[in-house]
Amino acid sequence: MQAFGSGAMTNSIADITQARTILLIGTNTTANHPVISLQIKKAVRQHGAALIVADPRRIELAEFATLFLQHEAGTDIALLNGLAHIILREGLQDEAFIAARTENYETWRAVVEEYTPERVSQITGVPVADLERAAQLYGSRKPAAIFYAMGITQHTVGHQNVLAVANLAMLTGNIGIPGGGVNPLRGQNNVQGACDVGGLPNVYPGYQSVADENVRAAMAAFYGVPQPPPVPGLTLTEMIDAAGDGRVKALYFMGENPAMSDPDSNHVRECLARAEFLVVQDIFLHETTEFADVVLPAASFAEKDGTFTNTERRIQRVRRACDPPGQARPDWQIVAEVARRLGAPGWDYADPAAIMAEIAEVTPIYRGVRYERLEDGGLQWPCPAPDHPGTPILHTVRFSRGLGRFSPVHHQPAAELPDEEYPFMLTTGRILQHWHTGTMTRRVTGLDLLAPEERVEIHPQDAAALGIADGDWIRVSSRRGTVTARAGVMRRPRPGLVFMTFHYAEALGNVLTNKALDPIAKIPEYKVCAVKVEKVAPPADL
Amino acid sequence: MTHASADQVALHQADAIQPDRIVRTTCEYCGVGCQILLHVKNGVIYRVSAPFDAAPNYGNLCVKGRFGHDYVWHRDRLTTPLIRRDGVLQPASWDEALSLVANRLAAVKAAHGPDAIAFLCSAKCTNEENYLMQKLARQVIGTHNIDHCARL
Repeated sequence: MQAFGSGAMTNSIADITQARTILLIGTNTTANHPVISLQIKKAVRQHGAALIVADPRRIELAEFATLFLQHEAGTDIALLNGLAHIILREGLQDEAFIAARTENYETWRAVVEEYTPERVSQITGVPVADLERAAQLYGSRKPAAIFYAMGITQHTVGHQNVLAVANLAMLTGNIGIPGGGVNPLRGQNNVQGACDVGGLPNVYPGYQSVADENVRAAMAAFYGVPQPPPVPGLTLTEMIDAAGDGRVKALYFMGENPAMSDPDSNHVRECLARAEFLVVQDIFLHETTEFADVVLPAASFAEKDGTFTNTERRIQRVRRACDPPGQARPDWQIVAEVARRLGAPGWDYADPAAIMAEIAEVTPIYRGVRYERLEDGGLQWPCPAPDHPGTPILHTVRFSRGLGRFSPVHHQPAAELPDEEYPFMLTTGRILQHWHTGTMTRRVTGLDLLAPEERVEIHPQDAAALGIADGDWIRVSSRRGTVTARAGVMRRPRPGLVFMTFHYAEALGNVLTNKALDPIAKIPEYKVCAVKVEKVAPPADL
Repeated sequence: MTHASADQVALHQADAIQPDRIVRTTCEYCGVGCQILLHVKNGVIYRVSAPFDAAPNYGNLCVKGRFGHDYVWHRDRLTTPLIRRDGVLQPASWDEALSLVANRLAAVKAAHGPDAIAFLCSAKCTNEENYLMQKLARQVIGTHNIDHCARL
């Protein structure tokens, strides 16, 4: 956002095959965005793209890579600054792009000077020769596309990580061209859309700041009531804390399971238990409904109409295929009924198309969106007018904020690093067969058969030192909790690193994770915390 | 000698079924937004395929997109509103549940102000539903305490 002025994938999934170089950092694309990983494999195998994979784990796409950089978790800034340093030393930067489209270049360049290959190699654990080769590939084979996901954002320095990615792309002029770009892969089916339409505490629909007095006045006029003070509301993790200390009395959750998805889940449960009134609206009972005073039964995606916006900003239709079970209702009907019962006028929407018409009115980037325009393939925002065709590539002529801004960023260690008592680093993520907290996929027999239980990934060297064999039961402990699960002994993680998911309620990685936040993006540091690992006897009930 | 797996048999049998309708929609799992075709018979989705001519997936699907939708008719689905009474969630009517929600939210707002209420919308729900949830927070209650799991 700070670099370009908008936070979304700059390019489209379809133009991945036009890239001559692809850099993946902090994305296990095969597991989390499987169909995009197919497109990446196609770019490599059929179109001759060079693929650089940077990840603390030897993910599947590393097998397709021209070059695999297995850097230590939490050292992305050093790695990215180091690549920029070599690109500058070799004179591979795009001077014309830098001069015409960017600002703050000289200040940034002075910082990058400090990231010599030798120093970067020491911080990241990546050999100097591999750094040189990666910089050469990314800097000289244009167009070059960068893809990243939560391996970049889920750190206390997540915000700076993103800036470091943007700096590298601007340095080489890889913005606004097919096959290039900075492409954050958004996790959930509609995380892009939920952000677009104002499901965030700091912005109204269309990323219009709550602090902007013009926006506030316009929304007050549109909604017909004075608007809250121009300061951001509470983020998810802050809400939970506020419920714990009594600042927040009532909570209304729609389709969320924070008792399982949030870091330090024991703390979350204590806070939710203290709330005066909790409403949970969902399709199943789950860990969070244990604390609910009211549970409202919702329709699933197959039982309602609406739209989702995908990671390439494409607004697509969701269509009702069957009826909800029993008395379950679509979420939009439930929320509208709550508003009506609170005495709010103007909440009698006939259908989701009528709601989209209102979204278009208040959301500049959705202004041209109408259901009848989504019948064939959807529309990519910004779509500012009813006759606008949508925007497959962002920032082709100018950035949303005008000039792209180079932002100097420095390597900072993670909030919690291994020590004598907790000598391993834990990183978390998903696997292909399951989804998030498992409320859906663990109820699909075939998927649960494929991946029935947590397997804590640990390097053979570490396992041998602890006397652990593949499939043995182990106890993983952090300063916040303890989890018992089977070990998966494999060469995927770096030595010293263990990996867990958050799919399995019976062996939940988030009992261990650290809720230390990135102070700007407010993202918890799921990707690095310190743990110890011990071999234990199998559970008695096994 | 080869043996057809249970899945292959099921797939073969699925081929023999004439669907009542085929509904094109967007997969509910990840941010790729694959286009899927739900084959429905007697109100049940019995098969999922993908259109070959449509972005972004052009006929491709992952294991969840093709086989991961059975939870839709799982016996655990919530079918009625529930209200906690004597520490236990018990079935209630919509009218009762919605009145309770509205009354309690209004009471908390009156006693402690709008910022004593917080909302979570959802990266799994539609744009329209998320829009309404933020409107409920900002217009009806009067707070910016609205977020979802974008960061998780």
